[in-house]
Amino acid sequence: MAHSGLLKKLTLVVIGMFAFAFALVPLYDVFCDVTGLNGKPSLEVANASQNVVSNRSVDVSFTTHSQQSAPFEVKSHQYSVNVKPGEMAEVKFSAKNMSSQARVMQAVPSVSPGKAAKYLHKMACFCFDQQAFEANQEVEFTLVFYVDTELPEEIKELTLSYTVFDISESTAHTTVEAKHQAG
Amino acid sequence: MSTVAESHNSHHEHHGAKGIKRWLYTTNHKDIGTLYLIFSLTMFLIGGAMAMVIRAELFQPGLQLVDPHFFNQMTTVHGLIMVFGAVMPAFTGLANWMVPMMIGAPDMALPRMNNWSFWILPFAFAILLLSLFMEGGGPAFGWTFYAPLSTTYSNDNTALFVFAVHIMGISSIMGAINVIVTIVNLRAPGMTWMKLPLFVWTWLITAFLLIAVMPVLAGAVTMVLTDKYFGTSFFDAAGGGDPVMFQHIFWFFGHPEVYIMILPAFGIISTIIPTFSRKKLFGYASMVYATSSIALLSFIVWAHHMFTTGMPLAGELFFMYATMLISVPTGVKVFNWVATMWRGSISFEVPMLFAIAFIVLFTLGGFSGLMLAITPADFQYHDTYFVVAHFHYVLVTGAIFSIMAAAYYWLPKWTGHMYNITLAKWHFWLSLVSVNVLFFPMHFVGLAGMPRRIPDYALQFADFNAIISIGGFAFGLSQLLFVLVVYKCAKGGESVPDKVWDGAEGLEWEVPSPAPYHTFSTPPEVK
Repeated sequence: MAHSGLLKKLTLVVIGMFAFAFALVPLYDVFCDVTGLNGKPSLEVANASQNVVSNRSVDVSFTTHSQQSAPFEVKSHQYSVNVKPGEMAEVKFSAKNMSSQARVMQAVPSVSPGKAAKYLHKMACFCFDQQAFEANQEVEFTLVFYVDTELPEEIKELTLSYTVFDISESTAHTTVEAKHQAG
Repeated sequence: MSTVAESHNSHHEHHGAKGIKRWLYTTNHKDIGTLYLIFSLTMFLIGGAMAMVIRAELFQPGLQLVDPHFFNQMTTVHGLIMVFGAVMPAFTGLANWMVPMMIGAPDMALPRMNNWSFWILPFAFAILLLSLFMEGGGPAFGWTFYAPLSTTYSNDNTALFVFAVHIMGISSIMGAINVIVTIVNLRAPGMTWMKLPLFVWTWLITAFLLIAVMPVLAGAVTMVLTDKYFGTSFFDAAGGGDPVMFQHIFWFFGHPEVYIMILPAFGIISTIIPTFSRKKLFGYASMVYATSSIALLSFIVWAHHMFTTGMPLAGELFFMYATMLISVPTGVKVFNWVATMWRGSISFEVPMLFAIAFIVLFTLGGFSGLMLAITPADFQYHDTYFVVAHFHYVLVTGAIFSIMAAAYYWLPKWTGHMYNITLAKWHFWLSLVSVNVLFFPMHFVGLAGMPRRIPDYALQFADFNAIISIGGFAFGLSQLLFVLVVYKCAKGGESVPDKVWDGAEGLEWEVPSPAPYHTFSTPPEVK
């Protein structure tokens, strides 16, 4: 039948486009990694800085907020630090579980302006891992980072923002999920 | 006359099943076209009733009639019904009726699939509408179902919304495949590509858009489904996903979708304007190329819906310029329509009235679209009633007016009767005035900062909203006249000749009126 050839081709296009929707997910991440466009900083441990540019400095400020009533209070000890590109800096954060239950926290970093995201290198960060808390436990974290020497000249200050999520439910997957389904 | 008598005989022979089964089992493109059109009209009235609820609530500031959660369900389901239930099935119905007749084909290429693609639609909308009556209510996150509104913050009935959208998508994809195969394989001898009527051309391009982006929509709702029920984190930042990515995927579908809803309208207007100007369409080839370039450009402009998500400057500039570029081929089309009317021998029959109103008001909607394309200005307009005004001008006075024009243009061919012209003119003038009372003031309240999708508003918007609501009720009631005109025309009326409009051209006017059950069983020769 004359129609079946065309029908097959068109069906393949449809299947291909359905797959493309899912391919957009990794493509989106790759695109953002390469271009650093959406302010998503890398979650990999960076290498130590090699050299320092001494004739300019950048203000790096910190902000945190809890998402979806996550019961955590996370605060940086300093509001902002002034660093030279390439210079290592350490900032302490204190984090407290405000609830009376054991909780797991995940911090998701983001950099503003978005363009600066790929120039901020973190060597130690509590955002690399999920952080488990006992009830009402208070923990001190250390962030070790430096700003790349290649940071564009026009960027004089940048903000590192942490959004804190409570991921206790998805980490305790099997039990919580089973309950969820039953309920 | 003998051809009429003959075709009437075959009419009865080929029906086979009687009553409801005739419609359930039918593979005839005219039956299926009629089913699509009746379904679309029903959905238009249901979606319209929801708009009436919205306008009644917004008649005064404060919360009067419905609670905010129900209001959100109304805005959401109104959008879904009008996009997927009214506009898209109406165009598919017109394609079913007219494409085979315009290209000299005996039927659609895949008639059994055609039956399926219609008959799954009522189930999709039954699922969607019935979810409104379930505990917790139906979808309330806007027709754009942005994550996390549709994932984290939605209720458990979201799965019903997802499956309804899946079924609608499958229906549109099957319909689109059918249109493509029909146009590619079943053109009458001598019907070369550049002789295709423009309605056929625009539908062919629309069908390609449909098979390219409806699967992406299916992917997006599937991701919402797994995020919500199966613990994936496509759009959940806590699990490594990104909610902004939802908007990218959605609008990669969503922007071509708006052209799916307007390209067939361009085809209809390009058919009607020459008929009543009694001139050939000005710039046929440029119309074909303009339509194709609009379709191609529609894939690279999606992020203009997302200017306020914190995109980098380079992205904002790219999407701004790409969006503005679309006004060039669109301008070509509007120019060609006006040039067709220029020094034509114009008469103002009802389809022509709707077509002229389309040109003026669609262009107005296009201009507000151009304003929205300007990134720095968009920060003021974003998510205000200015956007609501913009897309209702292009969809109501654009898409819907073109569908009305098409109905008034081909209804005599379908039924064999002329409709009541006085009533139809009343329908036109009442619609024209009320639609502008309804949507024009929305520009102003939007510019003044009234946000969309909110059941309450600041006091200074009270007078304008009362005016808008009155326009809304008037427009809604005027559409009942359309139902009356169509009903009366189907029942009877003055008989019409084969060629209903003296300036009309095309194969559909060479078959008898009403169009017999089977047309072009032997393909016509096109010169």
